[in-house]
Amino acid sequence: MYTPHTPDERRAMLAAIGVERMEDLFADVPAKYRYPDLKLPPPMSEMEVTAEMQSLADANLTVQDFISFLGAGAYYHYVPAAVDHILRRGEFYTAYTPYQPEVSQGTLHAIFEFQSLVCALTGMEVANASLYDGATAVAEAVNMAYHVFRGKRPKAVLSPALHPQYLATVHTYYDASDREIVVPHEGDPTATPDALLDAVDDRTSLVMVQYPDFLGRVYDLSDLAEAVHARGALLGVAVNPLALGLLKPPGDFGADIVTAEGQPLGIPLSYGGPYLGLFATRKKYVRKMAGRIVGESVDTRGQRAYVLTLTAREQHIRRARATSNICTNNALMALAATVYLGLLGKDGLQQVAALNYHKAHYAAQRLAGLEGYELAFPEVPFFNEFTLKTPLPVAEINRRLLDYGILGGYDLSQDFPSLDRHMLIAVTEMNSKDEIDLLATALEAIAREAAA
Amino acid sequence: MSETTIREPLLVELSSPGRRGVRFPEADVPAAAVPEALRRTSLPLPELSEVDVVRHYTRLSHFNHAVDIDFYPLGSCTMKYNPKVNEDMARLPGFAHIHPLQPEETVQGALAVMYYLQEYLKEIVGMAGVSLQPAAGAHGELTGVLIMRAYHRSRGDTKRNKILVPDSAHGTNPASSAMSGMRVVEIPSDDRGNIDLAKLKAECDDTLVGLMITNPNTLGLFEEHIEEVVQAVHDAGGLVYGDGANLNALLGIARFGDMGFDVVHLNLHKTFSTPHGGGGPGSGPVAVAQHLVDFLPGPIVEVVDEDEENGPTYGLVMPRHSIGRVKAFYGHFGVMVRALTYILSLGGEGLRQVAEDAVLNANYLRVQLQDTYHIPYNRLCKHEFVAEGRWEDAPGVRALDISKRLMDFGFHPPTNYFPLIVHEALMIEPTETESKRTLDAFVAAMKQIAREARENPEVLHEAPHTTPFGRVDEVKAARELVLTWFDWPQQG
Amino acid sequence: MSWKVAPHLKYTKNDEWINPEDGTVGITDYAQAQLSDVVYVEITVSEGDEVQQGDIVATVESVKAAADVYAPVSGTVVAINEDLADTPEVVNSDPYGEAWMVRLQIADPAELDGLMDADAYQKYCEEREA
Repeated sequence: MYTPHTPDERRAMLAAIGVERMEDLFADVPAKYRYPDLKLPPPMSEMEVTAEMQSLADANLTVQDFISFLGAGAYYHYVPAAVDHILRRGEFYTAYTPYQPEVSQGTLHAIFEFQSLVCALTGMEVANASLYDGATAVAEAVNMAYHVFRGKRPKAVLSPALHPQYLATVHTYYDASDREIVVPHEGDPTATPDALLDAVDDRTSLVMVQYPDFLGRVYDLSDLAEAVHARGALLGVAVNPLALGLLKPPGDFGADIVTAEGQPLGIPLSYGGPYLGLFATRKKYVRKMAGRIVGESVDTRGQRAYVLTLTAREQHIRRARATSNICTNNALMALAATVYLGLLGKDGLQQVAALNYHKAHYAAQRLAGLEGYELAFPEVPFFNEFTLKTPLPVAEINRRLLDYGILGGYDLSQDFPSLDRHMLIAVTEMNSKDEIDLLATALEAIAREAAA
Repeated sequence: MSETTIREPLLVELSSPGRRGVRFPEADVPAAAVPEALRRTSLPLPELSEVDVVRHYTRLSHFNHAVDIDFYPLGSCTMKYNPKVNEDMARLPGFAHIHPLQPEETVQGALAVMYYLQEYLKEIVGMAGVSLQPAAGAHGELTGVLIMRAYHRSRGDTKRNKILVPDSAHGTNPASSAMSGMRVVEIPSDDRGNIDLAKLKAECDDTLVGLMITNPNTLGLFEEHIEEVVQAVHDAGGLVYGDGANLNALLGIARFGDMGFDVVHLNLHKTFSTPHGGGGPGSGPVAVAQHLVDFLPGPIVEVVDEDEENGPTYGLVMPRHSIGRVKAFYGHFGVMVRALTYILSLGGEGLRQVAEDAVLNANYLRVQLQDTYHIPYNRLCKHEFVAEGRWEDAPGVRALDISKRLMDFGFHPPTNYFPLIVHEALMIEPTETESKRTLDAFVAAMKQIAREARENPEVLHEAPHTTPFGRVDEVKAARELVLTWFDWPQQG
Repeated sequence: MSWKVAPHLKYTKNDEWINPEDGTVGITDYAQAQLSDVVYVEITVSEGDEVQQGDIVATVESVKAAADVYAPVSGTVVAINEDLADTPEVVNSDPYGEAWMVRLQIADPAELDGLMDADAYQKYCEEREA
């Protein structure tokens, strides 16, 4: 299969090494541990394994089988065909980190484009070659801000309206360290951004908010940025990158760090990963930023060329004193986002962002008019996701919606007991008006039946 | 500056105002207005057609070396062949188009994938529990360190803050330890390339969280005193963390759990053939012994119900004293599908064949090259070995020159300058997927380079010659810091 | 191999120098040669900071390595060389001159006696290359 030697070749190679049997190559492994009996299934042919995996895949219902209104940090979007055709090139996906620039210009060049596109989108000055996902990107923002102030401002103030899994990740990383993680009003994501300011003092390195926030709300953050800067701290903003096709970029209102879950940019849902962490900041902080960075230079033949740069920040040189332990990025997913943005371009991204916006607003207006349902934040702008108050527990509604072939919105009571009967509904370009109307019809019927 | 030539333009240079590569349908709902204060006024993205984009990236792909093109003996990275069927399986709509927050009853197939993979990985390393959540090796290390700390704290043992790391370790080991607030103490290697046992014992005290050890180590050597090492750490109340970066050598040969390890992370993108993707996505599951199972990050997949008719029902469960999440959702699911496909394809006997051939190939290369290159710890190696890229009678030649010259033969260079304890290190890991023919061609190239080092060192200093690009000026890149096309002196 | 040393300076085992006359501190010719092309210098203290002998005062990066610069003696930081941020290459070209990093008001001149003079330092460099 994937091991090409014939028995004759193995014998010849063993002889060249000067041992008799394969087992002799493992003489240094204590005998009592050697050759355990692995209880694994017998080998399968490609035909068999394909059938086996297909049957597992068939045991899932996909967002293509449903009409989906589920988001909450992962979104069903259209991915142009060309994206995966590029990703399937072995020259890209079977290469490793581009340590040797002479034979890695394909990857390096694409990462430079990725960094440029992330800056174009966020309005920031520098971006890294990507991180694992949106959650770990926030954790790295906390880490970076800590290093910007050389540990003298150990506190990070995080919005309670950050994605709860991002908050959980930050807690896991730092709760038992000397970093102080403060989440004012934790557990109540309805708090507004200005409610964070009481916790911001001269020991605070970072204030981190989400835009749009976990409940879908979009606030003008200019005043917050000013207030945070007045206290000497940095402002970090976790964004939905697709929303930036329409909304003012954080660089314009004074953000110092921008992170994002890059999945909406051409990456399939794939049950939660692999996705893509975006990370951008201002140039003066570039040496405190984690992750790979590609820079432009020239080769010995006078050709413009790209190379990993600022590597002295990284773990293979600094070891225990590195800015972060991160080693790989999510390069192939970054390539997907780069190709996606290249294909859509300025007009395409604006159009798809506008489609999301219009359809979500149509849905919000339809659903808010239903008996028993209302918008939780009718006065606050949103992008493609909004919070709907429901007359019944969301879990119950969602169970009923499955009968209509609808994958309902996210049940916020799973994370926030105070948001019992609150559904987070995502609407993207994949949802037609008819589907939205069907959702309205179904929700109305479910409420009516319950009342009867 | 002005004489710099451009081999391939950037997207922004290919852009024409008004061009686009994708059209979306017109809106079927009324337009909604974006509030003025929130509306974006300019979006500086390039504008290209689909043909522009596809040709651009196809041309760029030609500038890469890759496993699909030729030999890639990059030590410690396990650049084995990535089977094509794995790629197809990850793209099955039933896997690619499921949302991570769907009701569990609608994703039983995905949960089964994770459950099987958990079970198989536990069996392969001999551990009691596993979490598939960590996104990469370094992420798994951080996770492992957090688990060790949580374990000690749960026992009221709060003064432990020291992690021991051998000087041959990957830089991620000390970096991961430091990131979780631990104090890192390096332990030197002895003259056979093992961890120095006396120095290790001297550091084993009641402040010890644990030891992070790679076995086989980064010299490609099996730790000869592994039983005593584990014993010493355990006697001090510490835990033993196994960096599974080099598991390829031990598949079906020996298990971390049997050797007494408490925690181990695996690299699915190395050992289990999932592609490296030009630097990710990886996947770094963490497996633990029984006493640490409750601390694993979650959620993990368990059988939550079982009936005779329908078989098991799987569910996502948070371990009882979990350290929490280390990322959103459940890990790199698409990578897990590939790894499971690989394990099912090979089965137990196939995995053992992988380890045997990986070790066979490494030793074959070592023996073929040992008269030409100095190999400082020249004994039976496992999946890789480290040679010195320098000779006394070729004073100007360095490992870097040898690496660059190898590109002219169509090979990717070995890992350079790591591990730090070998001068001018060339760390060579052939993997099991290479044929004898390829290995012999590599040996011939290495021998020719050794001759050239004496006879015509210039050809090495100026290498590579046949690649699309020559050596890149790293100093210029680091001093000028042009990191995006917005950094160019003038736009357009 | 030989490396420049300046007769009027004192040296540390970590390859810093200090001028006993004016308290300026930098890294030696040997250190810059080990690092190769320096691409960045970050002064990690500010004017007015009190530093103890052995505290980090700066970090120097090349494309291959990073090195911390420690205070050779205790004292108060009275000046920092802000130009180095824009001209890191002078660490390679003029390590004992333009590439001074911080100036200390030396707290206890007796600490200087524990440092090497130029001859001893030269010997120390040669030993390490042997």
